[in-house]
Amino acid sequence: MNDVREVSPVQEMAGLDEGAPLFVQVAERLSAEIADGGLAEGERVPSSNELAAYYRINPATAAKGISVLTDEGLLEKRRGIGMFVAAGARQRLLEQRRTHFTEHYVEPMVTEAARLGIGTDELVGLIRAAGHTREGATA
Amino acid sequence: MTAAITVTGLTRRYRGKLTLDQVSVGFEAGAITGLLGRNGAGKTTLLRIIAGQEFASDGSVRVFGDSPAENDRILRRMVFVREDQAYPEFKVGDALRAASWFYPNWSGELADGLMADFALPRNQAVKKLSRGMRSALGIVIGLAARAEVTLLDEPYAGLDAVATQLFYDRLLADYAEHPRTILLSTHQVDEAAGLLERVVVMDQGRVVLDAATDDLRGTATRVSGPALAVAEFTARRQVWDRRRMGSQESAVVVGPLGETDRGPARNPRLTLEPVSLQELVRYVGTRPAPDNLQRTTA
Repeated sequence: MNDVREVSPVQEMAGLDEGAPLFVQVAERLSAEIADGGLAEGERVPSSNELAAYYRINPATAAKGISVLTDEGLLEKRRGIGMFVAAGARQRLLEQRRTHFTEHYVEPMVTEAARLGIGTDELVGLIRAAGHTREGATA
Repeated sequence: MTAAITVTGLTRRYRGKLTLDQVSVGFEAGAITGLLGRNGAGKTTLLRIIAGQEFASDGSVRVFGDSPAENDRILRRMVFVREDQAYPEFKVGDALRAASWFYPNWSGELADGLMADFALPRNQAVKKLSRGMRSALGIVIGLAARAEVTLLDEPYAGLDAVATQLFYDRLLADYAEHPRTILLSTHQVDEAAGLLERVVVMDQGRVVLDAATDDLRGTATRVSGPALAVAEFTARRQVWDRRRMGSQESAVVVGPLGETDRGPARNPRLTLEPVSLQELVRYVGTRPAPDNLQRTTA
């Protein structure tokens, strides 16, 4: 109960933050879709007008979100037809997420564990137990 | 920024009261700008003067470089939709026909679509329409005119939530296809927030904030948690609002947060929440604007 931020774990995983500018959120949602495989490499990405209508945002904002991903080389423009997911985009995003996971979950967990006097071995044990419970529940 | 509308030193005195006090502001061409602020802040007066329906006591308004007052050439490039628009002894169909003659970019197709969306009866006398229906008619004319400058003053008065959403959706769809300069005066800040590229906030006849919406997000953050931790976090920062309950405290801090503030190293007992645009506008009306958004008054 230490951290009671009103951000769902899924949003947090996607790096979403309600305080971020809208175009950043658009870029993050698209990235999350690419990372999850919802948008496959080589697939066409919704146009800025389609995104604007869907999220009810200004088309200029949606276009700015798309251009963030283009600048990072995650999307590529094909003249006259639109924007497409670039080759290797998913792999790169998954690597980014692993780094994010370490920084935002593992490190704070280790810090908080130390504060509570939980040693590394005990912490590993707790993680194992949680993993077993989860496997038992889904089996 | 290329301004479609330039307002310089605009002042309006009415019955010994200043409704506009030296307003200088530019409205970006092709963008949707939200004109926000409390009732009586001067939003409607500003829009009326831009639309050539009221005259300034001092200062000037230029639309596409020209004064709109009694200037037919400019007035035809502008549409003004206001709450409780008065119409002559007209039927709905007559009002549409008159508008179709006046506005050079009028789209009959869009008008028909919107009439169906809002279920407006063509043969009804405008005076017999309910408040919501009259607003809907204003919206039909305001959007179908496809005027280069579209001024919308609380255009959804009396519309229910579904119809209001419909208005925003149709506005967005048509704007995407036919970009134009839109000024939307509204109280429903959070509902419109996603549509607004820029916001201009007025208070007591002055412009108190003029910024890109993207720059405003993350301008203020609500920090809550144990009072000691909050005090540590808020030290040396501008604070707009502070509340305390027992050992818990909540404060609104101004200014963008750094990586150490929100990153993994921050105090895990603190909750950080962004302040919504609606709240931000409310604070800006009553407190000094944050340094990074301070208006440089020329």
